[in-house]
Amino acid sequence: MKRNALWSLMAGLGLLAAASAQAQISGNVVKIGVMNDMSGLYADIGGPGSVVAAKMAVEDYLKATKSSLKVEVVSADHQNKPDVGSSIARKWYETDGVDMIADVPTSSVALAVNQVTKDMGKAFVNTGAASSDLTGKDCSPNTVHWLYDTWMLAHGTGSAVVKAGGDSWFFLTADYAFGHALERDTSEVVKAAGGKVLGSVKVPLGTADFSSFLLQAQSSKAKIVGLANAGGDTINSIKQAAEFGIVKGGQKLAGLLVFLPDIHGLGLNTAQGLNITEAFYWDLNDGTRAWSKRFAALHGGKYPSSDHAGVYAGVLHYLKAVDAAKTDDGAKVVAKMKELPTDDTLFGKGTVRADGRKIHPVYLFEVKKPSESKAPYDYYKVVQTIPAEQAFRPLNEGNCPLVTKK
Amino acid sequence: MEIFGIPIQAMMGQLLIGLINGSFYALLSLGLAVIFGLLNIINFAHGAQYMLGAFGAYLLLNKLGLGYWGSLLVAPILVGATGVVIERTMLKPLYKLDHLYGLLLTFGLALIIQGLFRNEYGSTGLPYAIPKALQGGQNLGFMFLPNYRAWVIVASLVVCLSTWFVIEKTRLGGYLRAATENPQLVQAFGINVPRMITLTYGFGVALAALAGVMAAPIYQVSPQMGENLIIVVFAVVVIGGMGSIMGAIVTGFGLGLIEGLTKVFYPEASTTVIFVIMTIVLLIRPAGLFGAQK
Amino acid sequence: MDSANPSTVPTTPRTAKPASTQDAARTHRVAFIVMALIFIGAPLVGVYPVFMMKVMCFALFACAFNLLLGYGGLLSFGHAMFLGSAGYVSAHAAKVWGLTPELAIAMGALCAGALGWVAGKLAIRRQGIYFAMITLALAQLVFFFSLQAPFTGGEDGIQAVPRGKLFGLFELTNPVAMYPFVLAIFLGGFLLIYRIVHSPFGQVLKAIRENEPRAISLGYDADKFKHRAFVLSATLAGLAGATKAIVFQLASLTDVHWSMSGEVVLMTLVGGMGTLFGPVVGAAVIVSMQNYLAQLGAWVTVVQGAIFVLCVLLFRRGIIGEIGHLLKKSL
Repeated sequence: MKRNALWSLMAGLGLLAAASAQAQISGNVVKIGVMNDMSGLYADIGGPGSVVAAKMAVEDYLKATKSSLKVEVVSADHQNKPDVGSSIARKWYETDGVDMIADVPTSSVALAVNQVTKDMGKAFVNTGAASSDLTGKDCSPNTVHWLYDTWMLAHGTGSAVVKAGGDSWFFLTADYAFGHALERDTSEVVKAAGGKVLGSVKVPLGTADFSSFLLQAQSSKAKIVGLANAGGDTINSIKQAAEFGIVKGGQKLAGLLVFLPDIHGLGLNTAQGLNITEAFYWDLNDGTRAWSKRFAALHGGKYPSSDHAGVYAGVLHYLKAVDAAKTDDGAKVVAKMKELPTDDTLFGKGTVRADGRKIHPVYLFEVKKPSESKAPYDYYKVVQTIPAEQAFRPLNEGNCPLVTKK
Repeated sequence: MEIFGIPIQAMMGQLLIGLINGSFYALLSLGLAVIFGLLNIINFAHGAQYMLGAFGAYLLLNKLGLGYWGSLLVAPILVGATGVVIERTMLKPLYKLDHLYGLLLTFGLALIIQGLFRNEYGSTGLPYAIPKALQGGQNLGFMFLPNYRAWVIVASLVVCLSTWFVIEKTRLGGYLRAATENPQLVQAFGINVPRMITLTYGFGVALAALAGVMAAPIYQVSPQMGENLIIVVFAVVVIGGMGSIMGAIVTGFGLGLIEGLTKVFYPEASTTVIFVIMTIVLLIRPAGLFGAQK
Repeated sequence: MDSANPSTVPTTPRTAKPASTQDAARTHRVAFIVMALIFIGAPLVGVYPVFMMKVMCFALFACAFNLLLGYGGLLSFGHAMFLGSAGYVSAHAAKVWGLTPELAIAMGALCAGALGWVAGKLAIRRQGIYFAMITLALAQLVFFFSLQAPFTGGEDGIQAVPRGKLFGLFELTNPVAMYPFVLAIFLGGFLLIYRIVHSPFGQVLKAIRENEPRAISLGYDADKFKHRAFVLSATLAGLAGATKAIVFQLASLTDVHWSMSGEVVLMTLVGGMGTLFGPVVGAAVIVSMQNYLAQLGAWVTVVQGAIFVLCVLLFRRGIIGEIGHLLKKSL
């Protein structure tokens, strides 16, 4: 009898100890892997800057909450290739103890990492990719899509331009999945708003010379030349459009996916008047200004792109969820991220929906004229603020299995 | 008036643009044809040397303040000099071996050059302004032709035709052609054959660099600008007939035109049409369009 | 200017004393056992199994390429088309048609063989650099097709390819089960190449490589032999590609891009053209280098280029070739 009581007491004490134990973190360290294009087309939009942003988030979080978590940040270059990206993800998850992957621009790589993350039960906070399939047919309980997607871009820039009078469009489309999706989504918006799509041309990957395609855009006499491409392609097509007198001839350019570093590369002379939809800009309010100045000091004076801001906010929210869920099991943390509302200096108040889509207010910007800009990176003026519920595709339209199951 | 559903105005515009692109192909294939046709070296570094020319122009402008017109002369000379060094130190020992080794060596050199520049300058591409004298353009009615692009066509034609003339019609060209066919005999006549070969390689490389300088204002100056171009240029030289200077020039311009038309009717295929043509030509005329059956 | 016949490709120079066939066979047997032991043992001592499987797939690819180059004397610039197309076919077969992995891989290899049959018919007619350029052109056409065709997924590739159940019985998702399967394919492919090289067919092939007019004058149909070698090389390269797609559960454009064709040339050159074990070593070196230098980004290209240059200038025989030269044996 007494022995039984002793055993029960010990068991009880053991349970007590277990209950008040630390959160069950694998390997005792929360490891975050920042994977993006470090040396190629998108290196300025994400690249090493995203690693800086992630480290800032870790530091800020630990300082503000005095949490007992140990957090490490590693990084890798996926070279915009899905096979490289999925190999790195696999190795990180299987042998390097990485618990969460952040950033990953380039939709083809993001989709591959999305799959590997789901298979291995880890977490994926994507900020850089455009594909709306990540919260649509490829949605996963392990993935949060933070920053933007093709639907948001199409509806932001598309409807604003049509409302301003641009009711006939001609598309220059990068001939791959992302370009096609962007063209398709924007065409829908244009037609729904009563406009016409006069034509489009698919430009092969790696084309440096857009003159022939711009000429086709010119002869179509469309009011708007829509650029369904990104990165270097967008920069090249805008530059060459200027060379061939597209804008002088009365047509306007609509850059459907443009980031701040792209404008920096183009210069205001060429880029002025462009309509852009983005979720973040450094000069929006005091909070964004303060953070961006801190970031620039750590990033060689270069101001943050919206991708950098997304990585910061995404990592912050992830760490909050890890502490709240007391585990780094991927699906559980992502579920917690959907439970907790988000509130940070960069994106304001928002939520993560059931399909993994993070929603926040989005802004329609116009690029300033050179005379209106007072300092480097002072490039945008806000034309319109689109509230969070309107900026992103409605939850029931995405065909996400997590949503339709309910 | 329409041809296949495209108004003739638009067609002429596309053909003109095709001609502009053809100028670059012609200039690049000219250098490659000189090197292969005369020296039997398969110079896979040609694309990288084109890139060096463009970067040369960029660096000359930003570090030494030397503008476009000066760079047109200086950059090719500098890059050509590196070509001379390569030939002397690395290509010479390979002449007695199979062509394969020259190919592999130049391929390796291309990787090194591109990798080094990629490390230093990243991939985004650097801006280079169109020279003031050539800015603006002419409204031709069916299209707006930028002055700079018109200059490219003219300059390319001049360089190509003068090179062809020198090689095919002058005494110097005659020595060169004789030296490649029978070096010992020509050497016996007192002509320094190895030096001539070295300088010819340097000249071919300089042509690539010249194309690079001319490309800098229109295309972004980036480390990979030569990468995808090199296999197209090889295709042009093979179609034209390896060793035929005129073949390379004609095919270069011709390809530009055909590519331009493809961009109108089936744009997705515009980067692949050259390979379809090459396969067909090689099956019908194995030595190329203008090549001599050896 | 030297006008070497572009269709002959120098291979391991014959400085080794013509060893008796029994001697050579014994050396080969020893080397094979050593190689097999290394591949069996590596995951047991902690080397990441997926990395070793990648090495094996590329080693098979390089061996298949070397069959054509080192023994057939034909330099193909388009071998990626076999690696990549087989990968797409096997990925599609496993994912969409639900075939078991061994059937999916077999399908991939056979399709590559069929492609090789057609490509070979077009390319064999020409010699030397023209042969190489035709293979490059055909590979570019395959690349274009892979980019445009809906079933290949464009630049997304075919993702989420299931590993499936081998013979319907063994679940391959676990690397413990997958590894022996890949090992068996690799060793089997290697042995097949060994048999081909040492068969009467292989001897005629070598004769054609050394002196084609003479072989023809002896009554051998050189074109037919070269074509057969081409098809065999294509099928085995396809086997490598199909297996790789199942291992990585992904088939992408990288495998049909012309830079992949360049990489296999590099692997064969570094390892030793015309040697049996050279391509395996070459593949191991290049894949390891890419893996461990990955964080250095663009430096990998520079290092690869430097290796090319050094090998061409100084180590033309490649690693195994040099070792073989030192030991006076043919490896």
